[in-house]
Amino acid sequence: MDRNPERNPAHSFQDMILALHDFWSAHGCLILQPYDMRMGAGTFHTATTLRALGPEPWNAAFVQPCRRPTDGRYGENPNRLQHYYQYQVILKPSPPDIQDLYLKSLEVIGIDPLKHDIRFVEDDWESPTLGAWGLGWEVWCDGMEVTQFTYFQQMGGFDCKPVAGELTYGLERLAMYIQGVDNVYDLNFNGHGVSYGDVFLENEKQMSKWNFEVAETDALFDLFGKAEAECRNALAADVPIAAYEQAIEASHIFNLLQARGVISVQERASYMGRVRDLARGSCEAYMEKEAPAWAEKYPEWSK
Amino acid sequence: MSDFLLELRSEEIPARMQAGARAELEKLFRREMDATGVSVDEITVWSTPRRLALIARGLPEATEAVSEEVKGPPEGAPDQAVEGFCRKNGVARDRLEVRDVKGRPTYVAVIEKPGKATKDLLAEAIPAIVRDFSWPKSMRWGAASISTESLRWVRPLSGIVALLGDEVVECEVHGVTSGSVTLGHRFHHSGDITIGNADDYAMKLRAGHVIVDHEERQDLIRSGAARVASEAGLVLVEDEGLVIENAGLTEWPVPLLGRFEEDFLEVPPETIQLTARVNQKYFVCEDDAGNLANAFICTANIEAEDGGARVVDGNRKVLAARLSDARFFWDVDRKKTLAEHAQGLKRITFHEKLGTVANKVERVAKLARWLVKEGIVKPASSTTSAHPEPVEGSGAVPATRTSTGSARAVGELADMAEQAARLAKADLVTEMVGEFPELQGLMGGYYARAEGLPDEVAYAIRDHYKPVGQGDEVPTAPVTVAVSLADKLDTLASFFCIDERPTGSKDPFALRRAALAVIHLVLRNQLRVPFFRLILASTHRWYVSEAERQGHQLYADVYFGLQQAEGHEPNLSDVEKLVRQRFPNSDEIREQAFEGTRKLDEFFFERFKVQQREHDVRHDIIDAVSAMKVGDRKEDDLVRLLARVNALQSFMDSEDGANLLAGYKRAANLLKKEDWHGVEGEIARTGEEDPLSQVDDPDMKAVIEAKMALRHAKELSYMPEPAEKALMDALAISEPAAAQAIEAEDFAQAMAALASLRAPIDRFFDEVTVNAEEGNKRAHRLDLLAAFRAAVHNVADFSRIEG
Repeated sequence: MDRNPERNPAHSFQDMILALHDFWSAHGCLILQPYDMRMGAGTFHTATTLRALGPEPWNAAFVQPCRRPTDGRYGENPNRLQHYYQYQVILKPSPPDIQDLYLKSLEVIGIDPLKHDIRFVEDDWESPTLGAWGLGWEVWCDGMEVTQFTYFQQMGGFDCKPVAGELTYGLERLAMYIQGVDNVYDLNFNGHGVSYGDVFLENEKQMSKWNFEVAETDALFDLFGKAEAECRNALAADVPIAAYEQAIEASHIFNLLQARGVISVQERASYMGRVRDLARGSCEAYMEKEAPAWAEKYPEWSK
Repeated sequence: MSDFLLELRSEEIPARMQAGARAELEKLFRREMDATGVSVDEITVWSTPRRLALIARGLPEATEAVSEEVKGPPEGAPDQAVEGFCRKNGVARDRLEVRDVKGRPTYVAVIEKPGKATKDLLAEAIPAIVRDFSWPKSMRWGAASISTESLRWVRPLSGIVALLGDEVVECEVHGVTSGSVTLGHRFHHSGDITIGNADDYAMKLRAGHVIVDHEERQDLIRSGAARVASEAGLVLVEDEGLVIENAGLTEWPVPLLGRFEEDFLEVPPETIQLTARVNQKYFVCEDDAGNLANAFICTANIEAEDGGARVVDGNRKVLAARLSDARFFWDVDRKKTLAEHAQGLKRITFHEKLGTVANKVERVAKLARWLVKEGIVKPASSTTSAHPEPVEGSGAVPATRTSTGSARAVGELADMAEQAARLAKADLVTEMVGEFPELQGLMGGYYARAEGLPDEVAYAIRDHYKPVGQGDEVPTAPVTVAVSLADKLDTLASFFCIDERPTGSKDPFALRRAALAVIHLVLRNQLRVPFFRLILASTHRWYVSEAERQGHQLYADVYFGLQQAEGHEPNLSDVEKLVRQRFPNSDEIREQAFEGTRKLDEFFFERFKVQQREHDVRHDIIDAVSAMKVGDRKEDDLVRLLARVNALQSFMDSEDGANLLAGYKRAANLLKKEDWHGVEGEIARTGEEDPLSQVDDPDMKAVIEAKMALRHAKELSYMPEPAEKALMDALAISEPAAAQAIEAEDFAQAMAALASLRAPIDRFFDEVTVNAEEGNKRAHRLDLLAAFRAAVHNVADFSRIEG
């Protein structure tokens, strides 16, 4: 099959990632690098959100580091992290054999579907922040959710025309499964004795402390306001990609404020509304800007 | 005759939607066949996660030719009309026939419709079925989705098998073409499976590791799970919902049993069961003693090469991670008391116009205490409580149960009710309920016992959401009853006061259910209280709460205190009048509370009637009783009302009842026809609006005296006829007897007293002429009938009874 014999995903975290890269590259995906901003999920990467809009085909795969400040456990919980990796594949339009491709990708990292019970269990996805939703499944391997599989139906409040298929692999839990370890920090990172803990444990301890205890909240409130203002500034200047980046920034600052526990339940809804306005506004502006060119190139397409 | 097979293959259909999809497929298929005149007999519908299949047996090869006749204009009608008729029906004028229609020669167009091949009809029906198929949620996909007009299906539709007999029914739906090829199990079978016809479909799929009949898969899971449990010396905890769900997630189900660490059993069993069930779709097991065992049963979709050891091990790890979360929550939550947790309720909004959950708790606590202090909820006694709450762990009966009715018992009960109410919602802010909202109440009960609160309080916290729906257990323990009732009354009163009422099918705050729960609590526990008092107490609490929120406490307590001071049961207009007299300043919140009270009162009675109707109580009987007055108020003691309703219903089902009703109707009709309002009523005929305004008028004196003389004719001025005398005597006995029985709330006895009037009234009508020529006789007899009617009305308003 599409398996590179030099890769050893059963004993190496990085080989598992490389094996996925090999596989998706061979199936026509651009292999991109992580977006260089702090974000809560791979879906925020412009290669997913903005590229899900419009009629142009788009196939890409990339690793995205994700930050979820409230999930920090000071390195003490065996499977909860405030920083972890997602592997994202975005295929637009969704190909007819997308499920088969996905299952083959599991095989190349060493999951044999006749030894392990693979199941597609209903799980619909919705991100009010992005004005986005889709239908799909969480994919179970022996009862563990290893991937979120979504057919995007709307993004930024617009119908996805055509629909993109999005695969999000939880890399650490998949690796723990393949390597047979119960603690994320015990994962073999490179197949040569460097563990995930060697790379990230100290990071988790310090960042958990900063997220929960240290981060200066006045500064965070200030940053939130500035990101919001800059987003509007960028929108006014008709540079929606720049505006979108500020929306991502505001979203992360909001998550940090949450971790610091300084946002009340009532305020929470209002902050979420503000982030949503920024993200949707950016998507809408992006659509406005690109729509004429798209419509010209794809006469059957309309906003 | 041929059998038809349709298979619609798609990517994994959510388990919860499969039953609905089967029904939808059959419905649409029948609709299409009906429309084309193909007669359909037996239909079988199956589903798996990846396919919906329909088999219709014995379809005809073609529909019959039919000839239809369409009636047109009469012969001799203007040419224009005749030609128009021909055009419309596509018939040449010289082909029209003439028939006799009701004696008139009339043009008739005979239209021959030839039979059509069933196969062709099916080829048209299949795309229609797919297009019209309704899913709870559907989606677009693939390259075609560049247009929003592209096909919608629950998940991408990937194939259609359509065979009539051995032949493919050729059709196409949005790029998916029909054929005879399908796929087997995702992992156990590779390559195409070619289906020959409806008969070999299930068999060929089985060879491809797919059991297409969902019921067979359900049976396999049910029996397989029980088997692996018993092989491990355990008993399966049956769960039909899980059986169906797992059958909807698998094409080749294989139940497998695994074990988790025994240490986890220290968390409440419900949490383990819930996380296993909801998050992982596992069954759980019990040991011989009925205790939860450290075992789970998952349903794999493969026959694993190693017998499932790896699958079980993987599932065990996932469950262990979930259970350690649950144990973590259990440990963390118990580090605080419920009272400490309850502080967190100040941060949770109950409703934007109703403040926080803490505000609600405050209202409920006061209301719960009031319910006890007012004597509405009483301390339990061994004689009045038919179903005492079991006290776990000891055979001792708490002191409150024996000192029933004493001031001390009431005080203790009031304290416990208030305490339980203050803690009942605290578990909403615990980690465990945050993770598993279904455990609300239950966890609060566990935490209450863990911190050593009295059992009564713990049970009340646990059960105060009950009864949740039709058929749910209704609490009977006094503390629980007080908290449950207070909680629901507060919810109803608060939402009604902010004008959030159920409308049509919309009832976002489940107020109908809450009202029904209140009715059940009152009836089940025989709580004796004029219902309006409950409503007023509840809206009053909202009023106080809202006035405080807005910073004007001034009228708060006065509003409710008023009606108590008057020393009789209030009605809304009294309360409104009194409060407006004393506090004429306008008070928006107060007006809202009054309006809420009025609406809630109507709402409750409407729900009560609906509830009774569902128990086959005749609506006219309910109307007849609820039209009754108690003093100057309508009857609203639900317990008494229902006792009356039941007595009346069984009376009306008896022969005496039916006959008495006939007699009553005759009397009432006669009185109405004669416009008889009694002798006093005659006074009003002078035309004045207020008949008494002229009593002191010297000019009227003679008239009045004449009337009064008539009235005093009770000392009869003539010899009554025997039947008349008999009715008078019967009334003299039965009227006070009925009144007494009603006073004693023995409504069956009251009905019996009425029944004794049946024979005399029948005889009276047979033998006595009411409209006698002599005015005094007529007046007396009409008076007698009026007295009869009044006696009947004391028991129920018979005018509202049908029949």
